[in-house]
Amino acid sequence: MPSPAIAVENLGKAYRLGLKEEIPDSLIGAATSWIRSPLSNFHRLRRLNTFNTRSDAEEDDVLWALRDVNFDVNEGEVVGIIGRNGAGKSTLLKILSRITSPTHGRAVIRGRVSSLLEVGTGFHPELSGRENVYMNGTILGMRKKEIDRKFDEIVDFSGVEKFLDTPVKRYSSGMKVRLAFAVAAHLEPEILIIDEVLAVGDAAFQKKCLGKMQNVAEGGRTVLFVSHNMAAVESLSGRGILLNAGTVVLTGDISDVIRRYRAIQPLGENDGVYLSSDGGPAGECAIVYAAAHSGDRFSSTGYAAGETLKFVVECTGADTIRDPQLGIGIDTIEGQRLVTLHSNLIDGCPGGNSLDSRVKWECTAKHLLLSPGEYYVVISLEDGSRPVERLSPAFRLTIHPSDAYRNGGKIGRGLVLCDQIWSRANSETSSKQL
Amino acid sequence: MSATSESHLPLRQPYDAYSNPSLDPQIETIIEPCSGWRLVDWQELSEYRDLFSFLVWRSIKVRYAQSAIGIGWAVIQPLFSMLVFTVVFGRLAGIESDGVPYAVFSFVALVPWTYFSNALTEGTSSLVGNASMLSKVYFPRLILPLSTVLARLVDFCIAMVLLAALMAWFGIVPNRGILMMPLLILLMMLTAAGIAMWLSALAVQYRDINHGMTFGIQLLMYAAPVVYAASLIPETYTLFGTIVIWPQHLYALNPMVGVIEGFRSALLGTRPMPWTFLMIGAASSTLIALSGAFYFRSRERLFADVA
Repeated sequence: MPSPAIAVENLGKAYRLGLKEEIPDSLIGAATSWIRSPLSNFHRLRRLNTFNTRSDAEEDDVLWALRDVNFDVNEGEVVGIIGRNGAGKSTLLKILSRITSPTHGRAVIRGRVSSLLEVGTGFHPELSGRENVYMNGTILGMRKKEIDRKFDEIVDFSGVEKFLDTPVKRYSSGMKVRLAFAVAAHLEPEILIIDEVLAVGDAAFQKKCLGKMQNVAEGGRTVLFVSHNMAAVESLSGRGILLNAGTVVLTGDISDVIRRYRAIQPLGENDGVYLSSDGGPAGECAIVYAAAHSGDRFSSTGYAAGETLKFVVECTGADTIRDPQLGIGIDTIEGQRLVTLHSNLIDGCPGGNSLDSRVKWECTAKHLLLSPGEYYVVISLEDGSRPVERLSPAFRLTIHPSDAYRNGGKIGRGLVLCDQIWSRANSETSSKQL
Repeated sequence: MSATSESHLPLRQPYDAYSNPSLDPQIETIIEPCSGWRLVDWQELSEYRDLFSFLVWRSIKVRYAQSAIGIGWAVIQPLFSMLVFTVVFGRLAGIESDGVPYAVFSFVALVPWTYFSNALTEGTSSLVGNASMLSKVYFPRLILPLSTVLARLVDFCIAMVLLAALMAWFGIVPNRGILMMPLLILLMMLTAAGIAMWLSALAVQYRDINHGMTFGIQLLMYAAPVVYAASLIPETYTLFGTIVIWPQHLYALNPMVGVIEGFRSALLGTRPMPWTFLMIGAASSTLIALSGAFYFRSRERLFADVA
């Protein structure tokens, strides 16, 4: 078995929290404190070097950003690193990019690495777009000849050809970011390390970027990237690594990793699903799961326009209330209510007291054809007409464009699509008949 | 490199880190904490030469961007200093100028001194000013102060043109000491680079070095024979009536003393080439540069954390 492209063994990184207060940041301050108490200063200056800290040392002022991280990335794999803010993802990437050094452990990288930790590094506002392409490209590791070769492609990708020779300080922020990403997108290293730069620019450009990322991923390069965009992570990576508070929680198939990430997320506006983190308070009636399915399939990234949606909601503690009823409201992003689905509107849904604690509602929205876009789903659990729990919103629902009308993808404006039957006849003869 | 040691597996082709990836031999990079003094990694520096030249070019371009006079500023600084000094020190104070007009006497010193002070000031703030790059991209950090030292050479060359014009005006012809000029210029650059490496590494952590720089440079000017001749410093001096010291030799520990007096000797012929000064200056300059490089390398891995 060939050696992995990236092998990380027991990597750890500690920061001294008190650094700013302890070490004086002025030469005069340092000089006076040096004169005042040589011994304590000697210790302080030695402690600046955290590289002698043992991994089990639990000193007060030491923050372990990463601790005993182990994983391997094989050649050609695309691995997504996910985790909450502060989990240590960026620190890990910084260490692998040699920007900062680890406190203990080691990493072995086989191959040339290009790191993209920020879009537009090295951009100088006084230089023109053309000059900044060269500047940025060289900083990212491309040779001048390489940039010359790819220059036209880069400019074409960014779409700022007209303004190439004006100083970058005159660009709009969108243009700056597009130019920067265009340079970055044309890197051709063996190993690519990317930190959350997929979410730049407007929607159209984001799509272009994701497409380019897909090319890179399929091109046989080893890619290690961090993103909060679960859809991108799911579609681009094969494997995932979940970091939490500096340690690796799970590595493996990307869908498993994302599911686990969702499970450790605090309550919030998740994509496509609501999961209660504590399984519902005991003795009370509460919603523990809410999601939109299409048939039996669940996707966190949304569904195609035209698919019939089935809403599945589970709750616990249903035996504690007299008459559990469920309302599902679909709102636009702006908050306008499109439609309300309610268990007491239509005959057929059993109501009244439930003997079981855990109850699951399924509601198929027949003939509801939402237009492509984003929607908020509001779930309301009621006891008869008295509200028990209201999740506003429970989750965000994404509807993707599709060829719903079977005409190549064309749809009209509006919040909904509609099954339409059209006919045309010669009206001259019919009016004669009247 | 910051905290890495690189081992190259047997190569079948000339090593070029950025050549076609499909032909690239496998490079293995080991990242681990390491401590202690490390030597300057020349191979790595040469790998990053494209970036180095771009930073030099950027430093030059940006300095004069959007200014109407543009590169003329390179001339204004030494020129106006010279005018002020001629009036104040030449006329009013009546400082000896070794037999040549004071204007050209001070200008010959101001050209290398302006280079030195600008290169030093910019070099010191090079790391702090590029903190965003330090925390986002890997490259040998030594490139930053070294690129400013090289970039200011452009201003130096332009000022030399003006100096030539000034000398022509006064009808002064340089002597064969002019052959020493390249070495003097190298010594000047080495001094600037050495001190810049020390100060830029210190400035990342102790921010007040930047504030003190302008003030420090102004004072330092009086420790070099810019406005006066080195002959003003006594050759020997008796301390406390018994200990004999040689102030001139102590004075020459400032490498710029040798450089400036060397410039004056070569271009104006006011004195023979100051070999003693130059030897002492070269020794101290080499010491500063070596120690500066070591110190810089030892702190390099902390820059991203502390900047």
